[in-house]
Amino acid sequence: MDPARLERHSPHEWHIPPSGNMRVPAILYAPEDLILGMDDKVYEQLVNVACLPGIVKAAYAMPDAHWGYGFPIGGVAAFDAAAGGVVSAGGVGFDISCGVRTLTTGLQRKDIEAVKRRLADTLFARIPAGLGSTGVLRLSPRDMDDMLKGGARWAVGRGFGEMADLERTEEHGQMHGAVPSAVSPQAKHRQRDEMGTLGSGNHYLEVQAVNEIYAADAAAAYGLHLDDVVVSIHCGSRGLGHQIGTDFLKTMAMTALDFGIHLPDRELACAPLDSTLGQDYLGAMRAGINCALANRQIITHLTREAFATILPTAHLHMLYDVSHNTCKEETHSVDGTPRRLFVHRKGATRAFGPGHAELPAEFAQVGQPVLIGGSMGTYSYVLAGMPTSEPQSFASACHGAGRAMSRHAATRRLSGRQVVDDLAARGILIRCVAQRGVAEEAPGAYKDVTVVVDAAEHAGLARKVARLEPLICVKG
Amino acid sequence: MTIPTFVATPGNSPATHPGMQPQMPAWEHFAHQADIGVRGYGHSPEEAFAQAALAMIAVIADPRRIQAHETINIECRAPDLELLLVDWLNALIYEIATRHLLFCAFDVHINGHHLHATAWGENIDPARHQPAVEVKGATFTELHVDAIAPDRWRAQCVVDV
Repeated sequence: MDPARLERHSPHEWHIPPSGNMRVPAILYAPEDLILGMDDKVYEQLVNVACLPGIVKAAYAMPDAHWGYGFPIGGVAAFDAAAGGVVSAGGVGFDISCGVRTLTTGLQRKDIEAVKRRLADTLFARIPAGLGSTGVLRLSPRDMDDMLKGGARWAVGRGFGEMADLERTEEHGQMHGAVPSAVSPQAKHRQRDEMGTLGSGNHYLEVQAVNEIYAADAAAAYGLHLDDVVVSIHCGSRGLGHQIGTDFLKTMAMTALDFGIHLPDRELACAPLDSTLGQDYLGAMRAGINCALANRQIITHLTREAFATILPTAHLHMLYDVSHNTCKEETHSVDGTPRRLFVHRKGATRAFGPGHAELPAEFAQVGQPVLIGGSMGTYSYVLAGMPTSEPQSFASACHGAGRAMSRHAATRRLSGRQVVDDLAARGILIRCVAQRGVAEEAPGAYKDVTVVVDAAEHAGLARKVARLEPLICVKG
Repeated sequence: MTIPTFVATPGNSPATHPGMQPQMPAWEHFAHQADIGVRGYGHSPEEAFAQAALAMIAVIADPRRIQAHETINIECRAPDLELLLVDWLNALIYEIATRHLLFCAFDVHINGHHLHATAWGENIDPARHQPAVEVKGATFTELHVDAIAPDRWRAQCVVDV
């Protein structure tokens, strides 16, 4: 993207002023070199989002923004139902509530060196990953509806994890307002035996070591110390979320004109918040959020079991669980007035600042943990929400590195075997179903996550707390 | 019904060179920053749809490694050819996810807004098929179904992986 097309407000903030059908400006948070690397489609998609009915303040792009579907990935937009606002299936995406959870282990890097290979093999054996893998549960129709209403709380009730896990999960592990009857039978069928599976693509489970602390106060509150071993799990709502996205994208695209909404791009498929279709989508999407929370909760349990067999002294405690593909009803201050808004975060992480009522008491002083997954073989980061997160972007920050190279290009340029060997030479063990999938997710296929999190900090979206270095990566 | 012989043979390897005129029917992938585009060519929309499906399978695994042991029938309906392509690919994604099948050959018939098709394939064998990714859904991004020349149809969209 040519920065000359944008108004520069600071080295890390760029605006597209309203023109044509835009109802609000678009705001991009990124330094000039990241702007230069962004596809022109990000500009086009942000402008399109800014045209949607009922949008409030601005359409935002996070530093890791890239070309998505309708909304850019790394896009944030809030809508007011009272102002004719919409909810967009395209603004949430196919992988509803895809997210990251990180667990501390009570172990230090030196504690796992001798058993690293066995730990990698055990995690790979215990945690179903890849296309066609099935989970430890097969849900009856009744169980399915209970899971869709209960989320991680349901999973803990079934013996997968601890009550304490729920307090360290957004929405306390259960998204309210889920309507299982709004989820199609096809979506439920697709999920029947996928609970507790990792999936594929950029989803993974990593064992990591803390290799840098940036903010001692927040690191202490989060229980992170130099050389600590942690586990991060990145996955979402599996087939159920994908099918909800598929079902509602089509219906919303076909009916938008009936609501008087002219879609500049069919992928922006949306419906008024106060319509039956809009409410059905919200009910189904919230059920999808619960599915993702339950899924990560079951994988947490499997991870604990795997650690218990190899490292019985380990105690895996939840640091936090964040979702980065959601639409959530939240209260935000707009020009000094609190308003109930439906905030779409598509490839963006909620980043509540210190003192927010939703935060566990122990995080009240330092802000919400914002978990940023790197690409395979690169660093991940733990950030914290800042007081400025709220006015800057409805309390939102980046979610990952963002792709720099298409999958198509990655598989042509990189060999999966070579990537695995290179990472092994650096002491990083990869366990995967298919070598080609590794090539597609190779470190070189992504932007430098460090540049992205530095940009988030400079823009006042979230501050750096700790850097995590990969030791073991299990992927589908 | 016999299995169409033009698909999943070495003669139908993807036309990946930008200037290459594909021998029809044929398929290829095209770049999207986060995901991947699938494109099929054919003498008719039906052939182009079958080839786009093969292109989507090739995102997951090499179609030449997939054998035609199982047969399933698929029906879908949509108000235009482009939405029908998305529905067709999504119907296959659903069958892959719920039956744990991969497909290697397709016979597609389109009558107005209605598609009915036969797909041939086999159960996913991770060791042999080496599935690289799972396709989450077909999208409206870069969605086109059109006659790009007399007797030459193109069907394409980006799939989310």
